[in-house]
Amino acid sequence: MNTQSEAMAPLEANVTVPVVIPASRRLYWSVRRELWENRAIYIAPLAVAALFLVGFLISAIHPPAQMRDAMALDPMRHQELVEQPYTFAAFFLMGISFIVAVFYCLDALYGERRDRSILFWKSLPVSDLTTVLAKASIPILILPLITFAITIVTQWIMLLLSSAVLLARGQSVATLWSHLPLFQMSLMLLFHLVAIHGLQFAPIYCWMLLVSGWARRAPLLWAVLPPLTIGVAEKIAFNTAHFAALMNYLFGGGPEITTGKMAMAPLTPIAVGQFLINPGLWIGLVVAAALLAAAVRLRRYREPI
Amino acid sequence: MACIEAHGLRKAFGATIALDGVDLRVEEGRILGLIGPNGAGKTTALNAILGLIPYQGELKVLGRDPWTERERLMCDVCFISDVAVLPRWIKVSQALDYVAGVHPRFDRAKAEHFLARTTINRASKVRELSKGMVAQLHLALVMAIDARLLVLDEPTLGLDILYRKQFYDSLLNDYFDRSRTILLTTHQVEEIEHVLTDVMFINRGRIVFNRSIEELEARYLEVSVRPEQLAAARALKPMYEREMLGRSVLLFDHVDHQQLAALGEVRTAGIADLFVAVIGNEGGNQAGDTPGQRQGAAR
Repeated sequence: MNTQSEAMAPLEANVTVPVVIPASRRLYWSVRRELWENRAIYIAPLAVAALFLVGFLISAIHPPAQMRDAMALDPMRHQELVEQPYTFAAFFLMGISFIVAVFYCLDALYGERRDRSILFWKSLPVSDLTTVLAKASIPILILPLITFAITIVTQWIMLLLSSAVLLARGQSVATLWSHLPLFQMSLMLLFHLVAIHGLQFAPIYCWMLLVSGWARRAPLLWAVLPPLTIGVAEKIAFNTAHFAALMNYLFGGGPEITTGKMAMAPLTPIAVGQFLINPGLWIGLVVAAALLAAAVRLRRYREPI
Repeated sequence: MACIEAHGLRKAFGATIALDGVDLRVEEGRILGLIGPNGAGKTTALNAILGLIPYQGELKVLGRDPWTERERLMCDVCFISDVAVLPRWIKVSQALDYVAGVHPRFDRAKAEHFLARTTINRASKVRELSKGMVAQLHLALVMAIDARLLVLDEPTLGLDILYRKQFYDSLLNDYFDRSRTILLTTHQVEEIEHVLTDVMFINRGRIVFNRSIEELEARYLEVSVRPEQLAAARALKPMYEREMLGRSVLLFDHVDHQQLAALGEVRTAGIADLFVAVIGNEGGNQAGDTPGQRQGAAR
């Protein structure tokens, strides 16, 4: 009927030698966990790249008329025309990666509360800090690297595809290969992804993570509407845009550098230096760190919704 | 060292007081059932013990403060809340990989061994499993962890009777080894009665009853009283009286077995009956009850 007397047995057997799992290993598994859950992180760019390649192949076999004309008329524009689809592929993939990052961030600390799995994650010896850092690393580090890898592979496949088409037609591939600075383009792309998508957008991602940890419903609205409302209210009330400027300074990397200019600028040590000495970048990173710290703290208190 | 020790544990959600000065001490190696009506504060108490919510008062679990040391505490504590908490997107193999990756005390071979007894497919996602299978999976994960305290909050909620029975059988046969402590809550009191070594009733945020099963068996007797003996039986101050099949059943605390045998059939009081007696009297407490009827209830 009862296990009382046995239950009183001595507890010596219970003293176990603690096995230590380093924090890095917990972080590694937490990041893998995110990739298991959010397969869109790599599936979305892969799908877009595949679609893009199909389109590219079709246009390579049947070049649009105006492009053929331009190639024939103006040899000076060769490089630009040859480069165009490659740059376009990179931009397209970057755009997709940004959209994926936004939706990832808005769900990261919200979804686990909605499906109550936060109770399971919290029943394991993984700290809130590790969890939040793992989640933040996805948009800031993992996604830019995945995007970089997929873009490079896509561009090389494009090059091989158009070479194959040219060779099949008996034309020379020399113009194509000589006009395509693929290596410089890759370097620029890597810098852009790390600098803009990783560092400069970090405060945006961290803000969204914080909101996703805080909101009880509709994190997208909570992330977007309050700043928008304040900006609009200020515009109506005082006809000024100080709040918008502040937001741009904190979240957009300051007035000096805008995404568009950065992307097109040739990659020189001066450009890198300018990017790094821009105080807007560093203020943004401090803001990002503060937002992350708030998200870590918030997760401690959060329960399923 | 006590496994769980609390003094004046309090927790309020706005104006609602969920825990109203709970004092409790759970020694290692016990299987304690925490039983209470809905909204009594069971889950709040468990959440405080697991470091999921902040609280006022003093609380030590395995010598640690659960709120500030949750991460380290979770190396020694396992937790199953009602079955829905395993994420639905995770694959069985991924769940094993992840727990093996982050938990220093997880024995993967053991988990595989438990899973081999079930029909759960490693490649399945949790959303594809039946509710019973999810509970089996969670239990397999938890039983493979060499923890010192296992907390179960309604672990068998929504499971059919076969799974429920199997759940507690596995827990007792394969997991409990007298050095571990198990703290569990459930509404299906009868099913865990034979499992427990201790029982605690909680009502309105306070512990109103706290006994070992041995003590319970020695003290509380229920008598199905013959009608002609009813007045004599009532004179012995029963703590609770109910009607069953036309006969009065009286519950006594600390009354001699021989004396009661003269009044009718005597049997050991079940936890469910005791619960109704204690909590029922507690309820009466608020409405201004008769003092004689609630003797021993809130002792």
